[in-house]
Amino acid sequence: MTPSLSPDPISDLNALFTFPFMVNALMAGTIVAVLAAVVGWYMVLRRQSFAGHTLSVMAFPGAAGAALIGLPTALGYYLACGSAALVMRGARGSLRRGRGTETATIATVQTVGLAAGFLFLSLNSAVLGGTETLLFGTFLGVSRGQVLTLLLVALAALALIAVAARPLLLETIDPEAARARGLPVAALDTGFLLLLAAAVAATSQITGALLVFALLVAPAAAAQQVTMRPLPGLVLSVVFALAIVWLGLGIAYFSIYPVGFYVTSIAFAVYLVARVSRAMAERRRV
Amino acid sequence: MFAHDFVRNAYLAGTFIALACGVTGWFVVLRGQLFAGDALTHVAFVGAIAAAVLGFDERVGLFALTVLVAGGMAVLGRRGQADDAVIGTVFAWILGIGVFLLAVLATSASGGTGISAANTLFGSIYALTPGGSRLAAAIGLAVSLSVLVALRPLLLATLDAELAVVRGVPARALAVAFLVVLAAVTAESTQAVGALLLLGLLAAPAGAAHRLTARPYWGLVLSALIAVAAMWGGLALSYQIASLPPSSAIIGLAGAAYAIAAVATAARARA
Repeated sequence: MTPSLSPDPISDLNALFTFPFMVNALMAGTIVAVLAAVVGWYMVLRRQSFAGHTLSVMAFPGAAGAALIGLPTALGYYLACGSAALVMRGARGSLRRGRGTETATIATVQTVGLAAGFLFLSLNSAVLGGTETLLFGTFLGVSRGQVLTLLLVALAALALIAVAARPLLLETIDPEAARARGLPVAALDTGFLLLLAAAVAATSQITGALLVFALLVAPAAAAQQVTMRPLPGLVLSVVFALAIVWLGLGIAYFSIYPVGFYVTSIAFAVYLVARVSRAMAERRRV
Repeated sequence: MFAHDFVRNAYLAGTFIALACGVTGWFVVLRGQLFAGDALTHVAFVGAIAAAVLGFDERVGLFALTVLVAGGMAVLGRRGQADDAVIGTVFAWILGIGVFLLAVLATSASGGTGISAANTLFGSIYALTPGGSRLAAAIGLAVSLSVLVALRPLLLATLDAELAVVRGVPARALAVAFLVVLAAVTAESTQAVGALLLLGLLAAPAGAAHRLTARPYWGLVLSALIAVAAMWGGLALSYQIASLPPSSAIIGLAGAAYAIAAVATAARARA
């Protein structure tokens, strides 16, 4: 039973807020969008998209493993993402051979995690439909409790970023200068990876492990096409992410197709528009 | 265990798939293109689903879409910086299309989507037919040979692109060709270890080899050896332990090899 669009847009909007599940989904989506947009802005600037993707994939073994040993699913998400972040950070510490080897570590962590998740699923003899939900997410059945947990995690993460905003920015842009000023560079690096892990674990509960990227990369990348100034960029990134989530959820409500498709497509469209408009602006200037 | 046909098929296809992954993976790591490889493996998954929706053979969809996207990335990467934000945005969208196609497949009442999606994502090497495994072995061999034929120019173009151009090596054409070869490997191996796990077979043996030796030829041989060993060991393990899926065992062994190499080199550096 799919709700259909009526000619009256106001009643359609009202219909969106009729059901508690939809209100919960919109609240969770809003929280997640703000968190992913802010953390993602730093991630894109730090060129850690690959690490971010690996962390987002860790949600899958986390959830599958938690289901296997009977832990709460959300705890599994945070544990798996957090430990993957520490492993990646630890491997980087002992590194001397440049970027190729670093990405090899990230890729190995990612696939080993996925292989473990697949193993957990087959040990649990879980239904295969569960795999799709874990990987591609669902916005049905977000509970009030989940929304509350998301809110707490997001507030804590955003508060941390607000406190460390300027040192983190300096450390991102110019690690040497940051070290010269006596900033704890290694701690900032580790801290950011853990923060990224928390953001990703929170987001993937709504979007699924494979689609976190739509919210983590696209709004931030689009914002950085428009402006490189930090504060306007962060605000723009949040605005983009909110638009993507609200539009995506709104369209998915009236459609039989999954929300992930709409969210990723809108995100991609936003990025394309930002890129094209920047290219046009540059041409005009020349 | 070799009395069973399905085991022989798996070993035949697996050996050459691992060989191709080990050899190309070594270059992927050297060129720092693992994120592109990661994106291609996800594209392969979408290609397989698209083929199922349109009613093609799965392999056609796999090859067509991965080669197409690889070509696109190679062309886009040349002008402008196709940095990792571009790769990330594009492949999030392609995955979104995959979700859409999965839903189309589910509503088209053919049923069995969960199983076919899981097979594409995580592979089913024991389900290969004799013909399929021979084809997989042939493609794996062809890919390995084509990399070996272009070995010296490719190495030069990777390590020092400007010197390569001075020497008359077509570095750009090689870069495009390499991505297309990578796409072929991806499409081929997806059938065996699955779209999500294949990255491990590209990255882990090659990463281990790069940590253990900086010499190119030794590294290539080592990478191929580790990949094939992980494949053989993983197949044998999952045959003995019924609840262990072959893909998980193969990737687990490859990951263990990488971890050992990382720890060993770290210890050597400290000593």
